[in-house]
Amino acid sequence: MNRKVFILIVLTFITFTLSAQPISVGSQAPDFSLENIDGTIVSLSDYANEKGVIVIFSCNPCPYVQAYEDRMIALHNEFAPQGYPVVFINPNDDVQQPEDSMEKMRERASNSNYPFPYLKDREQVVYQAYGATRTPEVFILKNEQGDFTVAYTGTIDDNYKDASAVEEPYASNAVKALLAGNDPDPSATVAIGCGIKKKN
Amino acid sequence: MKALMLILISLVTLSLYSREIINQEATKSVSEYDVRVVDFQQFQPLLLKGNDTIYVINFWATWCGPCIREVPYFEQLREEYVGKKLKILMVSLDMSEDLDSRVIQFMKKLDMQNEVILLDDPQSNLWIPLVDEKWTGAIPATLIYGNGFREFHAKEFTFSELEQIIEPLMSN
Repeated sequence: MNRKVFILIVLTFITFTLSAQPISVGSQAPDFSLENIDGTIVSLSDYANEKGVIVIFSCNPCPYVQAYEDRMIALHNEFAPQGYPVVFINPNDDVQQPEDSMEKMRERASNSNYPFPYLKDREQVVYQAYGATRTPEVFILKNEQGDFTVAYTGTIDDNYKDASAVEEPYASNAVKALLAGNDPDPSATVAIGCGIKKKN
Repeated sequence: MKALMLILISLVTLSLYSREIINQEATKSVSEYDVRVVDFQQFQPLLLKGNDTIYVINFWATWCGPCIREVPYFEQLREEYVGKKLKILMVSLDMSEDLDSRVIQFMKKLDMQNEVILLDDPQSNLWIPLVDEKWTGAIPATLIYGNGFREFHAKEFTFSELEQIIEPLMSN
């Protein structure tokens, strides 16, 4: 058998059998430098003076993002003053999903008054480094002298449909635990979300 | 007078009869796209059927582009194995308030014949790992099981990929 074909088959097999998983809690947070909707570049190292960062992979059209949008803004408004600001990263291929173009992201951020950066993961390297699979997906990073480690991965809370029926505000509890010097519990949760649109 | 009575009676009968037909037709078209709304507790037994049927359980939603793209492949799969022990269940994760306006509309548009249920359970952190412990909740996702076989795929399928999995299972 042709060697290249063989390698291709093996690689395809590996891709099919290993389903993507979020980077595990406790590992070093992958660095990023991405373009914001205002044209500036935002990097993880820009947050070196914060206690941590709430990174949320998000997008425009996903109904779960829409259901959670107010709650994600509220997370920022509550925790940015305490050293945990939110940053949105849009990982979707906008060829497949034109609603996620830079222009549409700008419109969305302006219509919904995003108080945080909304970055475009154009090369789709960052979401893969984090092992994100859906939007919205939250990664809470803890800053220890400029070293960012992953402290929580998962969802925002336990009720996407009804904010008033939430019993476990996971993300908010995780930040509160970190602020109190504790490890979040649970430190990983899952939720239904919109699969990230990967470039063909 | 007799003739008048006869005419009246036949008119009444006729109108009753035609109403009956209309009602029947109405019931038929509704039940054709009957979608049961369930929570995870009601849904879970469908993940654990222990008979000689192969179950294909696809998690989808009308708002999910890749899901909609693969829906026709699951229809095609059903047609291909008609009369065989293959059961396809399409589990919609749409919001329950979108059942009539989106889910049933979509089913009508595609003339979907596979059974559809709507899983309405916001406690997804609890039930997602019970479907598959590696599932992060991204859709589309498909569980194929039966006769000692079990595979979970969090990906968009092409028809030939589906067929490659199902064909050997059906020829056993």
